[in-house]
Order: sequence, then structure tokens, then C-alpha cells
Amino acid sequence: MIGLSHYLIISGILFAIGLVGVLRRKNLLMLFFATEIMLNAANVAFAAVSNYYHDLTGQMFAFFIIAVAASEVAVGLGLLIVLYKKFGTLDLDDLASMKG
Amino acid sequence: MYEQIAFYLFSALTVGLFMVTVLSKNILYSMTSLAAGMVLISGFFFLLGADFLGVVQLIVYVGAVMALYAFAMMFFDATRDIKEKNTSSALVFLLGGMAALLLVVVFAAPIMGENIQASYPVIEGVGNAESVGMVLFTKYLVPFEVAAVMLLVAMIAGIILAGKKMDHSLTTVDDPINVQEETK
Amino acid sequence: MEKYVYIALFAPLVSSIFAALFGMSSKKNFVGVIASLLLATSFMASATLASYIAEGGAAIHVTMMEWIGAGDLMIPFGFMVDHVSVTMMVVVTLVSTVVHIYSIGYMDHDKSFNRFFSYLSAFVFSMLVLVMSDNFAGLFIGWEGVGVCSWLLIGFWYHKEDVSPEVNPSISPSWAANEAFIVNRIADLAMLVGIFVLYWNTGSLQYDVVFAELPHLDTAILTTAAIALFIGAMGKSAQFPLHTWLTDAMEGPTPVSALIHAATMVTAGVFLVIRANPLYSMDAVSDVSYFIAALGTFVAFFAASMALVNRDLKRIIAYSTLSQLGYMFAAAGLGAYWIALFHLAAHAFFKALLFLGAGNVMHAMHDELDIFKMGGLKQSMRATYYYMGIASIALAGIPPFAGFFSKDAIIETAFNEGTLILWIMLVVTAGMTAFYSFRQVFLTFNGDHRYKEFGIHPHEMYKFVLVAMSPLALLAMIAGFFQGSFQEFITKLLPNYEMSHHTHELVYYLGGLVLVVAVSGIALAWKKYGNGLKRDEKCENSFIYQLLKNQYYIPHFYAEFISRPYALVSEMMWRNVDMKIVDATVDAIAHILYFSGDKTRKMQTGNLSHYLNWMGVGFVLLLIVAAITTVIG
Repeated sequence: MIGLSHYLIISGILFAIGLVGVLRRKNLLMLFFATEIMLNAANVAFAAVSNYYHDLTGQMFAFFIIAVAASEVAVGLGLLIVLYKKFGTLDLDDLASMKG
Repeated sequence: MYEQIAFYLFSALTVGLFMVTVLSKNILYSMTSLAAGMVLISGFFFLLGADFLGVVQLIVYVGAVMALYAFAMMFFDATRDIKEKNTSSALVFLLGGMAALLLVVVFAAPIMGENIQASYPVIEGVGNAESVGMVLFTKYLVPFEVAAVMLLVAMIAGIILAGKKMDHSLTTVDDPINVQEETK
Repeated sequence: MEKYVYIALFAPLVSSIFAALFGMSSKKNFVGVIASLLLATSFMASATLASYIAEGGAAIHVTMMEWIGAGDLMIPFGFMVDHVSVTMMVVVTLVSTVVHIYSIGYMDHDKSFNRFFSYLSAFVFSMLVLVMSDNFAGLFIGWEGVGVCSWLLIGFWYHKEDVSPEVNPSISPSWAANEAFIVNRIADLAMLVGIFVLYWNTGSLQYDVVFAELPHLDTAILTTAAIALFIGAMGKSAQFPLHTWLTDAMEGPTPVSALIHAATMVTAGVFLVIRANPLYSMDAVSDVSYFIAALGTFVAFFAASMALVNRDLKRIIAYSTLSQLGYMFAAAGLGAYWIALFHLAAHAFFKALLFLGAGNVMHAMHDELDIFKMGGLKQSMRATYYYMGIASIALAGIPPFAGFFSKDAIIETAFNEGTLILWIMLVVTAGMTAFYSFRQVFLTFNGDHRYKEFGIHPHEMYKFVLVAMSPLALLAMIAGFFQGSFQEFITKLLPNYEMSHHTHELVYYLGGLVLVVAVSGIALAWKKYGNGLKRDEKCENSFIYQLLKNQYYIPHFYAEFISRPYALVSEMMWRNVDMKIVDATVDAIAHILYFSGDKTRKMQTGNLSHYLNWMGVGFVLLLIVAAITTVIG
């Protein structure tokens, strides 16, 4: 029988994969992908909790997360395009202009 | 039984696909695997009885977001392999591994608060989409409208940022870098 | 009647605030006039209250407002006008009024004229709060207010340079002010302890409640409270060993000295003992009371002996105050509270007169205070001469002037109680008192004109000042006749004290003996100083003379064994504890922050990827915390 823990654990693993992506990749587009993975991992956890507690709140939350993610992608991609036009690259090492 | 098989299958596939997404050198590969992973995530939602959420996942993520990525890709040179100086993998995998391990520890621990009261219980005999709609348009009406406005704002922002005057810089017309680029 | 209470209490406050409005501006005569008028108003109100009480009216009790309310502690801001406080009020306001009028003349040339009146009225207000309060908290507020105002007034000429003892034996005003304040603080601490002890055990600070509870308390608690309160009284009333500030307080302007000595400050200690008479008259604390009497007698003798040889006009009078306070404590300690209060009132009149007269002399002599440099002033200052003479006769205890009746009553009390040693010392002190007060009068006003060597041209004080002093002179002469009626009046509240039959029979002999001793003191003074100063080298170099002249070396002792070690310890604490521990800790905290900031600055590379990595580290750390709490919880 698949319990709540199973879903939570797979969600945790997916989140960790997303985290590895965020930490490892330098390309901004790849960072966006990794972020999507993390958001989806969270959604899975919400849906699982919602199901096992027979409460719709979790699904509502996941629903709004999807909405936020969609807006984030829309704005973020626009910014990426502007960045690319300006610097010709999306690599964070090359974009580092905030020298402390 | 089917549920178990489906769960493990989906789990293995999503983990594999997302690993490809994160580790691949080619943007097209990673984008494709991400899209495939999203589809499988919606599988999880169906498994969990959240039919509506699964459908939204398919439409929004696999349909809209991925299409957006695909269009954005046209601005970048997507066929070329990404060359990046990766951070030392040891640190990354240590942090990632630890995060995974700790999350598992936290989630595997016996869940406290068995007496959690469902504030919006699932109504028996009513379809998932129907009950979601009922809650969404009664209890969550204001957040829903706010989310709608947010999406509108995001849409406008995306259009302005990416779409307008594609051959000019929008934010800083007087910027010397852009002037140079244009003269090239 | 309530409104008279408020008028009497708040007129000086209004006066103080009014004068403070002009504090920074140049001298304005009307400030002094209005302040004096307000004080006179306060005196009128006090007198009205006194006559009301004397006609058999009940004690007036007003509660202005709830003042402190915290948990079980309820302290109302209440005032009480009964026989004791109304006596004090009349004395305080009368003397203060005269002093205010006097100050208009005395401070004529001072550029801080207005500021002076502000302080002076505040001083009176504090004293009125002290005597009128119906609880220990209000008493303490007044007590501290008096301390602050005395500090302000003694150090009024704070800008005066500190000169070497050869030029002027006194010390700088700011030093004297600080000394007075610090010595008083030491005593106030003990007083606070006493108040706390009483509150702790009776649950109230109201006099009536506390005194009603007293019989149910332990002997040890009563003794502690009595001792602690008396130490407070010792500080304010400058009893040995806390007496040094009083003579140094002479650095203040002379009207201040008159006010401090006659009405507003030093009498507070005596007042406290009289007010707390239910405590001190208990059998359980009879030892403490006897100690008070013994200490009072000792101080009376001790201070009078120092006055014998002093050359500073104001200091002689200051020592005489000390000595008379000793008399008052002796009476209070022996249980004759009404006699102590009577002496307090009588003493206030002639002591104020004496000081104001000394102020006239000082004014005439251009701030010269050495009586060896005066002499023969009676030609140019006849009125002052008479005033000083009257006051000195009263002080010396020559009938029919006030001092005779009050002081004689105290000496009789000592005899009546069978404490023969105290009696003998008090009688001897009476002789010494007569000697030094007339020594000072003769040296100042009789004999050859020694001041001419110093090129001083003395002149008499303003007329209105002399007129203003006349009520005091009158009272110094006649106050003694009211002994009987005062006793009848005050013993409605205070326990009566009657001489035994045996003493009563001997009363004429006793009085006669004191009189003989006093007259012989005066005669001795006349013989030695009546016809000018003849300095006796042999006598002046004798050990006793030097001992007395140096005030028994007590100031030196304090300087060497208390001030200096204290300064050394402070220095050590500063260098070792403050700098090496307290400051070092604070500095270390700053250094840690500085150092860590310096080290972690490298995190700020400007590369977003690195920031993300650090964010990951933070995320993992938070997860660790979450995991630990989950596993433990």
C-alpha cells in the first residue's frame, strides 16, 4: 500500500534534484528548469497531503503555485531575452557584474 | 496493486527524467525531459485523485509553459552545447544529497497531529473538479481573482520585455553597449 | 480649610516656577518681591491653619491623588496638617519669608539673582512636602528634594575658584555642595532601608497605619527600623560622624545658610524622630533612643568645643547649630518630644537671626569672614549689632529670651531622667555656648577697628532688610513665654513629658546653675575679648587648641582614610574592572563582528551562482534543524 510518506519522500527527492540543478548549473535557462522541478515537487507533496487528509486546501495551494509558476515563467523569460540581447550570454559567470 | 506499480513506475521515470534535465549539457534535451517529467507529475496527481489539478498541470505546464520555453529557445542558440564552469560537483552533490536525506528523514518520521481537522473536506459523491470549483469560487474567490490579475500583469510584462521593438533595447536606449551592438 | 493646605504647600512651588521663568535673564527686582509675597502667602495660610488647629480643630487630612499603585502597594499623594506639622509649617514659612526678603537685599549685586530665588523657593517647597506628607514615601520625596535644593544652593557660586587654605580656610562651593550631597546620600540609603523594613512588615507607608502596627512587630525589626531611620536623620541633621558637610556648607550664600540651619534642612532629622515618636518611644527600642540622646549630647559638646576656637564667623554659627541639634536629639532621645520641637522652633528664630546678622557683617566686610580681622563694627552697624546681640543672648540661654526656656527644659529633662553624665555635659556645653557666641560678638563688634588695616569701609545693610529681620528678633526675645501654651497645644498629639516632682522642686536651682554657667561663659568671653583681640601665642599653640582648630582632625581623617582609599579603589576598579572587563567585553563584541565581517566579505563575489550555493548551504542548515526537531519531537 502506498502511504503518504511515499509521496512525501518522492517529493523530497525531486526537490533535492531541483536543488542540485540550482546549485550546479550556471546557465540561467537551466536554473529556470531546476526551479520548475522544485515547484512541481512541492505540488506533489501538497496534492498528497490533500488526498490523505481529505482536505481540498492542499489542492488549492498547488493550484495557486501553478499560477505563480506560470507568471514567473512569463516574466522571467522576458527578462532572459532582454539579458541575452544585452550581453549575448546567459552564463552567470559572465554576467557577474556586482563585484563586491 | 496497480497503484503501487504506477507509483513506482512514475517515481523512477520522473527521477530519471529530471536527472537528465538537471545534468544534460544540451538545452533541448533537458527541456524535452522536463516536459516529459511534467506529464508524469500529472500522473501523480491523477493517482492522488486530484483530477482537476492533473489536468491543469498538463494544460498549463506541459502546454503553456513548455511552449513558452520552446519559443524563448528561438532567441538563444539552442543547438549548441552549453559550456559552463560547473561548481565543484562534490559540494553540490553533498548539499543535494544531504537535502534529500534530511527531507526523507523529516517526511519519514511519524506524522504528528493525527487529529488534524480538514477545513474543506472532500465531499463524497461529488467529482473532484466540481468540488474544487466549489471551494475555489467560494472560499478562495479573492485569491483566485488576485491570481488572475497577477497572470495578466505577468503576461503584459512578458510582452513588453520580450516582444516590443525586438530590434532595439527597450530598457536603456542610450546604453553604450547596445549602441555598439547595433552598429555591429 | 483644605484650600489653605494647598495654598501653604504650593505657593512656594509657584514662586519657584515663576522665578525659574526668569532664571536666565538679568536681575529683576520684582522676581524677588513676588517670591517673597508668595512665601508670605504661604506663611499666612500656615498661620491660619495653626490657629484653626489650636482652636481645637481636627487634624486636616487631604489626599491629592492616587500616586503609586502597583500590586498591593498603594501610596496616595496625601498631606496631613496636625499639631506637629503645623508647627513646622509656621516655623519654616516664617523663617523662609524673612530669608526671602533678606535675599532681595543680600543678593542685590549678584547676576544670578532670579535663579537664586527659584532655588530658594524650591527648597522651601521640598521642606513643606517633607513635613506635611502623611506617609513615608512623601517624606522621602521631600527629603530628597531638600537634598537636591541644598546641593544647588550650597554650590550656588559654583564658579568660585578653589583657593589654598592659607588664603582662605574654606573650600570651593562646588566641592562643599558635592560633599553635602554625597554625605546625605549615604544617610538616605539607610533611611530608605528603614522605610523598606517598615513597609515590609506593616504593608503600608501611611504613618497612622504603620504606627498602629508597631506593637505587633518583633523587637529585632523595630530596632532595625529605628536605627536605619535614625541614620537617615543623622545625615540630614549632620550628627557625628556625618557632620562635616554642615560647616563646609557655609560656602553657599548666607541666606541659604540661614535657611538650611534654621528651618529647612537640618531640622528634618529632628522632625523625623519626632514624627516617628511612636516608634522611638517603644520599650523595645529604648536602647536606640538612649543612644540618640547620648549621641545628641556628645555632638552638642563636641560641636561647641570646635566653635570655641574657630575664626570663621559663619562656621562658628554653624557649629552652634550642630550643637543645638545635639540638644534637640538629646531631648527627643529621652522622650521629651515636645521639648525637642519647642527648642527646634525657638532655635529656628534666633539662629536665622544670627545668620542674617552674619550676612550683614559679611556684606559690610566685603565677604571677609575672619573675626580676627573685624572688631569695633558696632559704630557703623548698630542695628546689626543689636540683632546679633539679641540672638546671641537667646542662644546662650539668658532669660527671658527664647533659648533659656527651651534649652533649660532639655537640661532639666536630662536631670529628670537621671542620666547625670548627659546632664553634666549639657550644662558644660551651655557654658561653652555662651562663651563662643559672645566671643564672636565681641570680636566682631567691640574693641579696636582691626579691619582698617585691610582697607575695608563697612556700611550698614539696607533699611528694608533690617526691618524684615525684626520679627525674628522679636520672636527670639519672646518665644520662650509661650512654653506653657505650646506644651498644651502640642501634647494633644505628642506624648506629654512632665518633670517629676523631685525635679520640679529643684527646678530653680537647676535653672540657676545653668544660668550661672552661661553668665560665667559670657564673662570669660568679655574678659578675653571684650576690649579687643589679644592673641595668646602659648595658648594658640597648645595641643588642645590645635586639635579643636583642626576639627579634631576629622576632615583629615576622612580625606586620608575614606576619600583617598576610595579614590584608589575607584582608580583600580576603573583600570582593572572597567577597562579590562566591561570595556573589553564591549570591544570584543565589536571586534568579533568586525572580524567576521572582514572574513565573510569574500562571500560577496558578485556572482549569482555563488550566492545560490550559499543559499543551498543555508537551506540544508535549516533542514538539519528541522530534522533534529522532528526526530526529537
